[in-house]
Amino acid sequence: MSSIIAQTLDPPATLTSPSEIEIAARHASRRRRQIVVAARIGILVAVLAGWELGARSGVIDPFFFASPSGIAEQIWTWVTEGTSQGPLWEQILVTMEETVLGFLIGAAGGVVCGIVLGRNRLLADIFSTYIKVANSIPRVVLGSIFIIALGLGMASKVALAVVMVFFVVFANAFQGVREADRAMIANAQILGASSYQITRTVIIPSAMSWILASLHVSFGFALVGAVVGEFLGAKKGVGLLISTAQGSFNADGVFAAMVILAVLALVVEGLITLVENRLVKWRPVPFDGH
Amino acid sequence: MTPAPLPSAPASGPAIELVDVTRRFVTPDAKVMTALRDFTMTVERGEFVCVVGPTGCGKSTTLNLVTGLARPNVGEVRVFGRPITGISPDIGFVFQADALFPWRSVLDNVAAGPVFRGMRKAEAHDKARDWIDRVGLKRFEQHYPHQLSGGMRKRVALAQTFINEPKILLLDEPFSALDIQTRTLMQDELLGLWSDARASVIFVTHDLEEAIAMADKVYVLTAGPATVKSVYTIDLPRPRVTAEIRYEPAFVDYARLIWNDLREEVQRSHNQASAAAAA
Ligand SMILES: Nc1ncnc2c1ncn2[C@@H]1O[C@H](COP(=O)(O)OP(=O)(O)OP(=O)(O)O)[C@@H](O)[C@H]1O
Ligand SMILES: [Mg+2]
Repeated sequence: MSSIIAQTLDPPATLTSPSEIEIAARHASRRRRQIVVAARIGILVAVLAGWELGARSGVIDPFFFASPSGIAEQIWTWVTEGTSQGPLWEQILVTMEETVLGFLIGAAGGVVCGIVLGRNRLLADIFSTYIKVANSIPRVVLGSIFIIALGLGMASKVALAVVMVFFVVFANAFQGVREADRAMIANAQILGASSYQITRTVIIPSAMSWILASLHVSFGFALVGAVVGEFLGAKKGVGLLISTAQGSFNADGVFAAMVILAVLALVVEGLITLVENRLVKWRPVPFDGH
Repeated sequence: MTPAPLPSAPASGPAIELVDVTRRFVTPDAKVMTALRDFTMTVERGEFVCVVGPTGCGKSTTLNLVTGLARPNVGEVRVFGRPITGISPDIGFVFQADALFPWRSVLDNVAAGPVFRGMRKAEAHDKARDWIDRVGLKRFEQHYPHQLSGGMRKRVALAQTFINEPKILLLDEPFSALDIQTRTLMQDELLGLWSDARASVIFVTHDLEEAIAMADKVYVLTAGPATVKSVYTIDLPRPRVTAEIRYEPAFVDYARLIWNDLREEVQRSHNQASAAAAA
């Protein structure tokens, strides 16, 4: 990488005009991207090939650790013939619905509570102890309670996803509000902003990068909440798929469900990044930005 | 600029008065610390007052009292003859640190004040364009603050403040982070804007020459707790060009006179700091 930077900064002496230097720099950065993509694909292929070879030659026991071809076959079967609990897309839809609902509710609640407590010192002092206590409970345990209270349907999974998301987002929003620059707030006040205008035009934007950072992590948490909830007891969903496969010692099935979850998580992560880039276009580009 | 006073402002009398003001802080270790003591100061309408004093003596505290962001423990602060209740719309404040909104373009930064005060956005933008033009940043309307140089950001801050047409202008070491050349340019620019707007100004600085070049009156403060040590009336002709005025014999005389006064306080403040560090 350093050599590529050196290339961009010190073009060969033959390049004299700015346009030539620009073209050379563009070439260099395209070449770098190509190298990165090629290396990523190469590593993936190597790992899968090694795994498959190991499984076929008996070094890895496919009964416990599955094999790429077995996983692919399992996914194919699910896609074409459906799962034991109904069509695959239905399982995915149910899990995504729980995840997205839990994520939205948890994130909205976290943001609102974070901003309210961040803006109000008295409330923050009163509630901080309770929040610490609630936060220290291993949240997965709450899953059992939710299932007892809310039943095997969607509500218990959404509730678990909500608590998984809420605390992360809350903590970040709260911190973001507290870090808001005092001089900037005073400036807005003197320019004539009301307390509501300050919250909307100073506090929320300055907490925004904290909040967005937490949204990245917490979508994964929401997915964990939904899947664990399904694990503990459900009628549908990818989590149920995993626990069914586990019950019949179907390692391929467990891995296949994992692959599906990973793809879902990556797609949503990409969407969040897109939204983030639109929301914080004012931010200076990091030196090593892609 | 409409020189006609608003109905809220009585037609005569000084613009700003601090009368026997004392301001104390409770420090984090629960001790009481006096920042200002028996502080009295008057700024006439349209007057440009500079305040110099050793670092940490209480200059920023003085300005905060005038904005209404802070209240005096003893004494009274009056603006246009009225005691201060909350933040007055007549006041503009240029901060020492960067206080622009980094997520807003130059245009939206400058338009912020009028929009906060209820002006329609399109109208505020028109007004903002006019002010951006006046501070020489026409091509940078759509830039974000991080894409500007330090001097350009200060220009945006001036436009952001002047667009509200403040009758009272407070500046807290606004140019101290700039290099000498840019600073001189900004001083002239500020004097130009001020002579159009005829606002009453308190300009805090640690740079004595800057103070003399710009001010009608220079207040020298004592080391903390700050009181007024002495007041000098600067009788130099206007309009002034700050880069040239420093070579006038009268300017040099003022500088020597006031520095003799200030030096004692700087020395005292330094001794206090060393004593505190040793304790
Ligand atoms: N919120 C606060 N709580 C406690 N002490 C404070 C607070 N604000 C200011 N002080 C103290 O009051 C004194 C005066 O502070 P002030 O900021 O007015 O100094 P200054 O003259 O503006 O200094 P400088 O030239 O370095 O900006 C300092 O000793 C400072 O420690
Ligand atoms: Mg200060």
